[in-house]
Amino acid sequence: MKLPYLPNHDDPSFFDFLTQHHPALTPTGRSGFLQAQASLEPMRGASSMNVPHATTVLAIKYQQGVVIAGDRRATEGFQIAERRIEKVFKIDEYSAMAIAGAAGPCIEMAKLFQVELEHYEKLEGVQLSCEGKANKLGQMVKANLPMVFQGLVVMPLYVGYDLKRTEGRIFKYDLAGGRYEESDYHAIGSGGKDARNTMREHFLKGLAEPDALKLALLALYNAADDDVGTGGPDLVRGIYPTAKIVNAAGITDVSEQQIRSIYDGLIATRRSKEN
Amino acid sequence: MPMPYYVSPEQMMQDKAEYAKKGIAKGRSIIAFEYVTGILLVAENPSASLYKISEIYDCIAFAGAGKYSEFENLRKAGIRHADLKGFMYSREDVTARSLANGYSQSLGTIFSQEMKPLEVEILVVQVGHNGQPNEMYRISFDGSIIDERTFAVIGGKSEAVQALLKEKSLTQPPELQVALALCIATLEQIGNQKLSLESLEVAILDRTREGRKFRRLTPADTKQLLAT
Repeated sequence: MKLPYLPNHDDPSFFDFLTQHHPALTPTGRSGFLQAQASLEPMRGASSMNVPHATTVLAIKYQQGVVIAGDRRATEGFQIAERRIEKVFKIDEYSAMAIAGAAGPCIEMAKLFQVELEHYEKLEGVQLSCEGKANKLGQMVKANLPMVFQGLVVMPLYVGYDLKRTEGRIFKYDLAGGRYEESDYHAIGSGGKDARNTMREHFLKGLAEPDALKLALLALYNAADDDVGTGGPDLVRGIYPTAKIVNAAGITDVSEQQIRSIYDGLIATRRSKEN
Repeated sequence: MPMPYYVSPEQMMQDKAEYAKKGIAKGRSIIAFEYVTGILLVAENPSASLYKISEIYDCIAFAGAGKYSEFENLRKAGIRHADLKGFMYSREDVTARSLANGYSQSLGTIFSQEMKPLEVEILVVQVGHNGQPNEMYRISFDGSIIDERTFAVIGGKSEAVQALLKEKSLTQPPELQVALALCIATLEQIGNQKLSLESLEVAILDRTREGRKFRRLTPADTKQLLAT
């Protein structure tokens, strides 16, 4: 029966609840406005709109789980919009996601996905399976398709620890919501290709955790070297890429100190090559 | 034109209240009890999967007595209310008071306008952190809302349990194991039977936890806790 004064809805998805009852709160909620604007000015659609963009985020499997890492730069055209932006999010106890695309909608989708999983867990009394979470994210990416035509791309990279299979898993997506599982590693964003090249050269099955972390940071360093949209370690301001470890113990942040010491070693090696 | 039967509003309300009370009286009692670092919730529940106690938000828990389908519906609406508010504003803006008000409005409206009132009694509790006090609200089938201190009881023999707890009540909030033993002893005394740990549903809102404060205690957890 319907309850007055309280939100009524039938299924356990928070995303579907918002879409149906509060569409303005979903990442897709701005589509109406943008479409109206695009039809008024057909030559100057929203695709020319300056929104913070560009990224390299990546995930690498290792023996006990997955390392997920990302740089800290957001750009607006040829300007740097933000030097400290976080692109790797803890979603729940056993999953994390990294994002590439338009910063605002990306962060909005990560936040919505967090609520989505918690909402389901509370309503149903159990957590979604790793596969179920990955599929749900795919549906959210698919729902964002109208925004992609307006230039607001949201591209996630999802990492989860599958408690049933006792292994870490990596999922990538395409703009239409297609979901593909990666067996070893993956990187997305403007510097994704550069990061993938590095990982292809150095990846081995069953890496130890410190080696996987080192490889992740090396791949980000190389991506920042070749891609203007990706930020490397900023030694002056002390801003370093962020990384998280996803394994049976849950999600752990890699401390900034540890990341800094790995980069110090890496930069020293590079410098010795130059002399 | 035929005249409809005249029933005085007093009579109608009284009938509805009696009906709802009868439904609730069939159920067993649920206790919420403040302990040093949080709130303990104990329910007699023979089912291990159909819960009467549930998490609503970071610091807020829910307990329902009476008709399962009805309080389950209220529980889900409460989670939606809280998650929506937390998403729209911020996590700290979700409060038990606002939720309890929503429940009160909803139950009150149904009681006065619908043919059949909801046969439920619910509890909304919020553990305070950063020096804030705990909040406990008991909401009845007619939407009346009572702000409780120290402990709150809903369900079948709630008045008897309340009286007994009042007798035993302590000046200071006890440790968790003391509170748990006290609640179980009270339920056993009222039911006049020994309760196995498997037939109890126990959960806590622990303010020392990070983020989400709600945690269920399994029979193994409660056994271990009572042994210390």
